[in-house]
Order: sequence, then structure tokens, then C-alpha cells
Amino acid sequence: MARVSVTVDGTRYVDEVEPRTLLVHYLRDQIGKVGTVVGCDTGNCGACTVLMSGPDHVARSVKSCSVLAIQADGCAVTTVEGLADSDGTLHPVQRAFHEQHALQCGFCTPGMIMATVDLLRENPHPTEAEIREGISGNLCRCTGYQNIVRAVQQAANGGAAPSAAHSAPVESASAESASVESAARPVAHSPAVTS
Amino acid sequence: MAGGPGWFWKGFVMIPVAFDYVRPSTVEDAVAAVAAGGDEAKILAGGQSLLPVLRLRLAAPALLVDLGGVGSLRGARFDSGALVIGAMTTHAEVASSALVRAEAPLVATAAAHVGDRQVRHLGTLGGSLAHADPAGDLPAVAVALDADMVLAGPSGRRTVAARDFFTDIFTTALGPAEVLVEVRFPRMSGWTGGYEKFHRTLQAWALVGVAAAVRKENGSIAEARVAFTNMGPTPVRASSVEAALVGAADLGAVKAAAAHAGEGTSPPTDISGSAEYRRHLAGVLTARAVASAAGF
Repeated sequence: MARVSVTVDGTRYVDEVEPRTLLVHYLRDQIGKVGTVVGCDTGNCGACTVLMSGPDHVARSVKSCSVLAIQADGCAVTTVEGLADSDGTLHPVQRAFHEQHALQCGFCTPGMIMATVDLLRENPHPTEAEIREGISGNLCRCTGYQNIVRAVQQAANGGAAPSAAHSAPVESASAESASVESAARPVAHSPAVTS
Repeated sequence: MAGGPGWFWKGFVMIPVAFDYVRPSTVEDAVAAVAAGGDEAKILAGGQSLLPVLRLRLAAPALLVDLGGVGSLRGARFDSGALVIGAMTTHAEVASSALVRAEAPLVATAAAHVGDRQVRHLGTLGGSLAHADPAGDLPAVAVALDADMVLAGPSGRRTVAARDFFTDIFTTALGPAEVLVEVRFPRMSGWTGGYEKFHRTLQAWALVGVAAAVRKENGSIAEARVAFTNMGPTPVRASSVEAALVGAADLGAVKAAAAHAGEGTSPPTDISGSAEYRRHLAGVLTARAVASAAGF
């Protein structure tokens, strides 16, 4: 066993892990961050994307199924559960995904949202081509990319819906957003700091 | 799924075989750890190839030596006329480095083509080269630019030219107790580069890739360097294309030179395409990469 000390969504955890433990399994099974999902298990689909700080302390997107938990020792990790405010107010990217209905089955959504947060960190106003390249590490098996791209555009626009004229998605959804915020709140897994 | 490790995943989880793990902070300690581990040791760089390999249990090392703590292996600098990039510099860092973009633009361009954003955030130049995947993007770049690999071992450091470094599929000149520590690219002021690859999806491996660098004089190509990804077990330097490109001043001349692209190659036939198809792709992509580098 090896000791890992990692800050996840603002809370510091110190745990004993097997060196072979993958970050995604540590997040889900050991500290209960089940908002981060396992999709393809092979590093292709990006559903398990989280942000992890590097040596320069900048948080960048990584696929948590392709990182050992022990590689995150000393790092700060942000999962989809750490984006909303403590009062449940959605992160602008979460709100945009909701308002643009940027999901069908929803399985890719946590990874898509984290990939989007990372893309907009580096490129706050991406073109559509840059958006599509920027989320190319994330697969939506429902192939619902149109609305995902619109959601990224909306988030980059400071919350204003993109001006795409053709078949704009449910514009009335924005009025309902407040009522569904609880859906994206961190789930009731109280962090168990072991030391 | 609220039950922790849970009933659902039992029997399905793909996890590596158990291994010991060390995270040295100096090259000397890393070399000592690799030497002590012998055949049972594997070096972990960014893990973006190794972790999937371990999860699929295609490898089962008893010891992982993580270079992530060796800070001296990150970053780019000048040294005796060469652009030196540390082996643990990530693809994202290589692609965005002002120094690399100015002095070896082909390296930056190709690094930006590797995998996807997430992979580029962790995957490293040295890891990619040492993994020596025939479909990896960077080995061809190293061969095209006549890079030198600096290897550290128990008895010191030695330098191996890129053309001698890649010896077979997934096989390099690295000795059992050696660590690739840096890559030296000759300073090539005035050269421009282009990298083109054909893949089914943006993040997929290259069916074929072409790395090209050119230097122009008075509007025509004075010198060219071209190498192929996935046109054989190791990167292939396209000498006949390079010779034919000298004097090319427009796209037509570039395309004519690119017709030599299949010569001297031994591309694989697999589920993604036949050898013949890959030779065709090599010609098309060579013209595109050279035209992009030359601004034609």
C-alpha cells in the first residue's frame, strides 16, 4: 500500500491505496465521488474526465481511468461534483448544458462538462471548429454533439444562447433551470477524511 | 451504484496486475531504481500509453518507476546550438512552448496532433518516443529532424541518433537500465514544418502520418526533410521525396515529388487498411504536409 494525499473538490484526503489503484476508482469507490463515471475503461471515451493540477498548479483535464491515484499525490482534483456553488448554484458550463439540453442519455455529460471547463480555461472564446477539436477526447454515443457544441458556445458567451438560427433547442428551458439545480448538486457522500 | 466497489463492477473491472511503485526525484535515483528492478521494471512517464497497456494486462511489471517527480526532465532550453526538450515535457507544453514553436515548429505542430487534450496534458515527448509505437506521431518527427536521444544509464550518459534509436515495433536502443532523459533537436532557423495524418476519428491513431520540414530560398524549396509514421515497423525517412523536392516552387512540383512517397516503405496491412492504401495515403499526405510547411 502507498499513501496518497490529494485535495478533491476542495477537501483534503489522505488515504492508503494500492499503487495500481486508478484515480477514477479511488474517486468513486474510496471517497464516493460517483459523479465521475467509468465509460469505456480504455482511455478513449473521456466520460471519466476530471481536472488535475500539474507541477505549475494549473488544473488541466485528464482521463481519470488513465491515471494512477498515486500519481495524483499532492495534486488538487476537481470533479463534476465540485463545480456548483455550495448553495447549489450551477457552474455556468453546467447551466449551459442544461439550458441547451446538451445530453441525451447523460452518461458522457460529466466528462463533457469537465472537458468544456478545461477548454474555456485556455480558450475562452473558441470557434465551432475549436470546440469540436477541444472536446474530441470525449465521445457521446448518442451522437448528440449539436447541442453540446451549442452549450459550449453559450458558456463561452457568458450565458447567452448562441445565435445559431437553425433548429435552436428548447429556448424556454432557461426559465426552468432554477428548479432542477438540485440534480447537479454534490450527492450526499460526506467526505470521509481518514487522517 | 451506491454500494462502493459494488456488485456491478465485480468481475468487469480492468485493473493492472499489482506492482511496487517508486517516485524518484533525480535522474540518478531513477536509473538506480530501474537497474535494481531489472526486467521486471517499467518506466512510467505520462502513462497515456502505459496505463491502457497495464489495464489490458499486455504487460505485468513488478515495479513502476514514475519519472513524474524528476523536475529536471521538464521544459525546453537551448544548449550548444540545439533545442533541448526534457523527456517529461508534456505534449501540451511542447505544443505551446514559444521556444519550440520558434525554433522547431514541426515539433510543436506534431505535439498538438497527439491524441486529444486530456492525453496531451499528461502524455510526454520522452514517453511517446520510448514507447516507439509505429503509429505514434513523434518518432517520425525525431527522425525527420535528425534529433539526438540522450540516454542516462548506470555508467553515465550516451547519445543515440533518432535513426538508430527506433529498432523495431515498440522497440528502441534503450538498454535495460537506461532512461531517456532529453531530446536534442538541431536548431533549424528559417525552416518551417507541417504534420499531416489520416485517422478515422480525431483521437484515433494515425493510419499514416507525414512529418515534413522545408527551408526555402527565393520562393522555392532549398532543403526538405520528410519522414513517415506507420509506414513500417519504425519511422521511415523519405530520402527520395526529399531529393525530389529540391527546387520545387509550387504545389504541382510538390505533388510530383510526393509521388515517390511509397518508395522504401513496408506499411502494414491491417483492419484499417491495406499496404497499398497506406502507400496512396502517404503520397497524398506528403503533398499536404510539404505544401503546408512551404506555404504553397
